Amino acid sequence: MIVAITGMILILFVIGHLLGNLQIFIGPHWINGYSQHLRDLGPLLWAIRLFLLTAVIIHIWVTIHLAIENRRARPEAYIDRRYVKATFASRHMVMSGLIVLAFIIYHLAHFTVRVTDTRFTLLKADPLGHYDVYSMMVYGFQNYFVSGFYVLGLFLLALHLSHGSSSFFQSLGLNDKKLTPRLALGGRIFAWLLFAGYTSIPLAILLGLIKPAQQL
Amino acid sequence: MNFKLKIWRQTNAQTPGKLVDYDVRDISPHTSFLEMLDILNEQLLGRGEEPIAFDSDCREGICGTCALTVNGEAHGPDHPGAVCELYMRKFRDGATITIEPFRVGAFPIVKDLVIDRSPLDRIVQAGGFISARAGSAPEANSILIPKHDADLAMEAAACIGCGACAAACPNGSAMLFTAAKVSHLSLLPQGYPERESRVLKMVRVMDAEGFGNCTNTYECEAVCPAEISASFIAKLNREYARARLRKSAGE
Repeated sequence: MIVAITGMILILFVIGHLLGNLQIFIGPHWINGYSQHLRDLGPLLWAIRLFLLTAVIIHIWVTIHLAIENRRARPEAYIDRRYVKATFASRHMVMSGLIVLAFIIYHLAHFTVRVTDTRFTLLKADPLGHYDVYSMMVYGFQNYFVSGFYVLGLFLLALHLSHGSSSFFQSLGLNDKKLTPRLALGGRIFAWLLFAGYTSIPLAILLGLIKPAQQL
Repeated sequence: MNFKLKIWRQTNAQTPGKLVDYDVRDISPHTSFLEMLDILNEQLLGRGEEPIAFDSDCREGICGTCALTVNGEAHGPDHPGAVCELYMRKFRDGATITIEPFRVGAFPIVKDLVIDRSPLDRIVQAGGFISARAGSAPEANSILIPKHDADLAMEAAACIGCGACAAACPNGSAMLFTAAKVSHLSLLPQGYPERESRVLKMVRVMDAEGFGNCTNTYECEAVCPAEISASFIAKLNREYARARLRKSAGE
């Protein structure tokens, strides 16, 4: 239940984050203005960050605890094991979750703290005086390794959510026999739409459809 | 038909077991899986070897005694159905078949393929009953039960308590069993008085017996011989949340 609620908080963040990022397709002033707007929230932004961080910590702490209990519940493994219904995603939530965690840490160091790419400090403010997030994203994703790890991270996040999003309803008992298969399908579609939405950004950059707003 | 069998042999809970190879020949396709094991056991007895210990009783899928993992699936490949309802015609001639016990930490192996499923009994003892004196059958219209509830309670009551849900669960969780027992009683008016205490007690004993946690893989409902739906687990979660809330509200 705790896992489901903290998971849903993080899912809502992931949706909001995608909607914010997709503004890169509208133009530099949109996404730069959006990011300035977030920074202008000041203490509220930090409150949200702290809230999300707490959700992440609780989500991981509780699931690790549960996963250890689950391992102990079957001390001797089957020699031959065949799954009838359990999906790959549902059986590898800890694996996908931990790789996503590694990705999030890198992603924050890359674009939020900006310590992995020294070029980002050279970026000048845009004509409206906002930090040029647009060009930062373009320069960041022009690196194939950065984009590759991003796509991999997002792939595992989608895998995680293809099970996790519909699991939320089951864990809180918000479904019935008819609704369950529909929620499972909906969850899968939702997860892969997120994947498509997020990966469209590095893809558009690598294809040269989005060019930096300023030269370094 | 001929088969190569790999069967788990284990003297008792203390000594480690291993898979042992056996050959069975000239088996009729209409032989049931357990009859095939009976034939093998007679041959073993004839050769003066220890027969293979396995559980079975009614052999018509209603008692929930038989419990084998065949080729990695609880109750074998013919779902829904208990392993006693599995026939050799389901397999290819000459196939290799692996037979293991239900592997759940809470179900210790007694011998070979026989496991101790008394943890399930203790879950039921914790609250899977009603305290109302039901007496003889009352006038049918004196307690009105909506058809939908009656059907749902009947579906949950179909659970035969074989433990395949826990055996198939990647986490060794007995949630489907507990969910069926909780739902079946909480849906009917006779079960209302203990509605909250029942779910809290049964879940507490389930955890204490060392079963794992549900991660919603639905592997349990796929192997359940009584076709209990995993939506009963959602109902159990709902009942549990409701009971906890009401308890903390001081009722």
